[in-house]
Amino acid sequence: MRPILLQGHERSLTQIKFNAEGDLLFSCSKDHIINVWFSHNGERLGTYDGHNGAVWTIDVDSESKYMVSGSADNTLKLWSVANGKCLHTWEFPTAVKRVAFSDDDSQVVCITEQRMGHQGAIRVFNISREGDGKAQEEEPVHMFNPIGSKATVCAFSYQPGIIITGHESGKIALFDVKTGDEVNNNERAHNDVVTDLQMSNDRTYFVTSSKDKAARIHDTKTLMVIKTFSTETPLNSAALSPDRPYVLLGGGQDAMSVTTTSTRQGKFETRFWHKVFEEEVGRVKGHFGPINTIAVHPAGSSYASGGEDGFVRVHHFEDGYFKARPYGDVKIEQ
Amino acid sequence: MSARSSSSYADNDDEIDYSDIEAKYQVHFDEDFDNTLVVDGIPIIDKSKLERLLVKIAKEFSRKGAPIKQEDIFVPWDDAKDKSKGYMFIEFQGVDEASFALSALDGHPFDAKHIFKINRFSDIERYTNLDETYAEPKAEEYKPREHLRSWLADPQGRDQYATFRGDEVEIHWHGKPSQCEIAYKHPEPNWTDLYMSWSPVGTYLVTLHRQGVRLWGGASWKAQQRFAHPLVKLLDFSPCERYLVTWSHDPIVVPEGALQGPQYFSPEDEGNQMAVWDIASGSLLRTFPTIQEADDPSQKRQMQWPALKWSPDDAYVGRLTPNQQISVYEVPSMTLVGKKSIKIEGVVDFEWCPQGDRDRDDVEKDAKSEAKGPKKARENMFAYWCPEVANQPARVTLLAFPSRDILRQTNLFNVSDCKLYWQNHGDFLCVKVDRHTKTKKSIFCNLEIFRVREKGYPVEVVELKETVTEFSWEPKGERFAIVYSNDPNLGNPGPGITVKTDVSFYQLEHTKNDFRLLKTLPGRTSNTIRWSPRGRHVVLATVGSSTKSELEFWDLDFNLDDRREGQISKEEWGSGIQQLGTADHYGVTDVEWDPSGRYLATSASAWRHTLENGYAIWDFRGQELEKYILDRFKQFLWRPRPRTLLTKEQQRVVKKNLREYSRAFDEEDAADVHKESAELVAQRKRLVDEWNAWRSRCHAEAREERASTGQKVETEEKHEEKEEIEVWIDEVIEQTEEVVVE
Repeated sequence: MRPILLQGHERSLTQIKFNAEGDLLFSCSKDHIINVWFSHNGERLGTYDGHNGAVWTIDVDSESKYMVSGSADNTLKLWSVANGKCLHTWEFPTAVKRVAFSDDDSQVVCITEQRMGHQGAIRVFNISREGDGKAQEEEPVHMFNPIGSKATVCAFSYQPGIIITGHESGKIALFDVKTGDEVNNNERAHNDVVTDLQMSNDRTYFVTSSKDKAARIHDTKTLMVIKTFSTETPLNSAALSPDRPYVLLGGGQDAMSVTTTSTRQGKFETRFWHKVFEEEVGRVKGHFGPINTIAVHPAGSSYASGGEDGFVRVHHFEDGYFKARPYGDVKIEQ
Repeated sequence: MSARSSSSYADNDDEIDYSDIEAKYQVHFDEDFDNTLVVDGIPIIDKSKLERLLVKIAKEFSRKGAPIKQEDIFVPWDDAKDKSKGYMFIEFQGVDEASFALSALDGHPFDAKHIFKINRFSDIERYTNLDETYAEPKAEEYKPREHLRSWLADPQGRDQYATFRGDEVEIHWHGKPSQCEIAYKHPEPNWTDLYMSWSPVGTYLVTLHRQGVRLWGGASWKAQQRFAHPLVKLLDFSPCERYLVTWSHDPIVVPEGALQGPQYFSPEDEGNQMAVWDIASGSLLRTFPTIQEADDPSQKRQMQWPALKWSPDDAYVGRLTPNQQISVYEVPSMTLVGKKSIKIEGVVDFEWCPQGDRDRDDVEKDAKSEAKGPKKARENMFAYWCPEVANQPARVTLLAFPSRDILRQTNLFNVSDCKLYWQNHGDFLCVKVDRHTKTKKSIFCNLEIFRVREKGYPVEVVELKETVTEFSWEPKGERFAIVYSNDPNLGNPGPGITVKTDVSFYQLEHTKNDFRLLKTLPGRTSNTIRWSPRGRHVVLATVGSSTKSELEFWDLDFNLDDRREGQISKEEWGSGIQQLGTADHYGVTDVEWDPSGRYLATSASAWRHTLENGYAIWDFRGQELEKYILDRFKQFLWRPRPRTLLTKEQQRVVKKNLREYSRAFDEEDAADVHKESAELVAQRKRLVDEWNAWRSRCHAEAREERASTGQKVETEEKHEEKEEIEVWIDEVIEQTEEVVVE
């Protein structure tokens, strides 16, 4: 089936997210705008206006009631998904690089950048779900400054009060939000910047992508590398397919060097790798710039990729994809 | 004692012990005869000739740089016979002069019958004092050496290749997909500092280091030999792998206290840049300076490498002094053959004629029959060319060696450049002559083809209107392929410019006995021809372009199988050419056939560019078998194979029974596929089991933890409740009433 091309952004995409049901697709970009789309036909439902800088990151809660976004205008905003109104704004000294909801939607974690004399910080906010949602605590419940290489990505683990972070040096770590202590780490998880981190459904493992051209699956508890997927291009995003044993990888030559290379060398393709056998099973072309972010429909029926080229491409899988058994009938647990 | 007698108060003081001072100041007489040499092998003469002999010997010594006076020579005399005894003593100024004379003149031929045999006088003494009783030397324990060609005994008949990536060298086996594996990986990185190379028949792998060159081989890849040539940059083997030539940009320097011996440079080698080594012993044979080209900078060309050219049987090595001469040395003595070079005014280049299978067989037969009857084997020969000088036309000459007979010479006019291409069995020589028009504005090309096996060495000319950029003979064959072009961009390459070319094949037509065009492929971008080492198949590639990287696989005897079945001669000229496939390897820089002619390897080397470095292996039809994209990939080299040991008869038998053999192989293949897939399935099953075990452990742990912390426990089976609502919509489109009349 032809992919649906979502042309609602004027600059490169930074993150895209499906809601829990998968009917909506949220996308944010460097053009300050957050868009929401119907995932089945690509119709735009609306925008969330209010940020005055590149929007680096978004996340939606499991009820599709609230959405949070972090931006280069140094703010974290809470939005009402249904009407596009900004419910609350938190302001920080530096840009917000990553946000994530907790499992039970009660908390949000955010990473602010280390810049202009300010240390990088990780803050956790309680989100009140009472009333219209405008009454939110101004102060974070927890805040700490991780020491060493700065954090680039984060997510809640399945254990309460523990978050997973990926760092610029390639390190993966577990932090206790109450104390700010590093509970566990894997210094050599990657050899370069960790660019994306996406959790499995039950949050017991996660996939990371890195500029070191590899993506890896890690055990949430021990941070052990379970699987490695080595490609020949720097990776910007990695996503897990929920019902099929695949991981989706996207990346490409750095934006800087793209102009000096043709598209065929850029490798701007979404790669499908078998999660267990660590073998590439297929590629999907389309973008003419590096892929910055990939998200898979929670039911596994489609996926979307957002590129440096400013487009989001939504691909609905065809029957053949579901029927195909490239490795025979093997039962692989999710 | 003079000291004592001259002293005034020594007499009254006898007790003083001067022995220590005496010992200190005593004049030592040179009691050892290290500066005296014994020269043996002198003609035995009578008194009358003595004077003349001494003069002559003194002259011979001075000529070699060890001047002696007649007075220093002592000739022992046999009074009974009134003749000299055939040896003499020579006293030198010092030990150094004596040593020099020893090294310079030992084994020096004085005349036809007499060769100097020189020893130190002191050595003679030592020899005579030798214990005469024979002490049996302890037999050194025999350590069997590894067979250097063990890789040929591979039961699957696989070929090997070496890859160089980053600072890692790996040797791989290449065969059927299930049999490709790493054969050897050196334990440490930086096996080679610069690049690597195989010896011509694949016995050794060569690595280059700051200190020199090392050869590796055998099943365990032990170091086999090394040659200490500091900062070596280039190397070249003799065709039979007996000798090695190394070159370094930096002239040889022998520092004080450097190791001396046959394997090391001696002070005489200082300033030279090129060295010739014997591979078996590791000893240095000779060094040469690099020949300085004409001082005129406009004529400055790149240094030609190989600078020494070997005759195909490793008997001679030739060295060209541009515009002057070709010097041919005998190996391993490295002496000038016939004591003089071949003077050729203006000579630019020369090439030895290779030996074919037939020549090698002839040589073997000659060796067996031991000088009975006339020798059958062809004499070595080489071709050289000189440009137009003054009123003389340019010339290409075919010269036999060592007889120095000129076999054939052709004159050429308006020549700007020539290239000599021998067919690899020495059957044909093609001289590609780049000629300019009278105005010198445009260049066109003639191919002068010498048929070397025929009587009188007939020459025929193929005239072309374009510039030929690439020429290649089919190995063992009677065909050649050329790439030519009249693209205006040809002379000025630039980034992004791809030159349009045409490719043509020519074949010797036996009825007319000349070369005739077989087929032209117009409008290509190919610039490289690679014939399969077995002939018949050829690959045309576009190499070194940033936009095009096509590979075309051609078969020139596509209907060969039909022809076997009796339909000879009916076919049309050139109808057997068939394209088997095309492929594309982006950024390809090197194209190489494996020694068996079954596979083709293409590689994109990081030495040229950094885009998609790596290598791919194709079969002869252009099907991709393997492709690896590896950053920092530098070099891909197939390991060459030596000539087959099967006789022609045996080869014929194999060819005849090919069907039977192939049946066995097919069965093997089928079994292999089964085994391989079984292995793969097992491996995958293991992976899945591991994964599933890990997952269930995780599930259990997570559930437990969530329960203990009072979080909501996810029920194992969470059936999504789907409500199916069926909606029937009835739409009345039209309603008519009809009355049925009964």
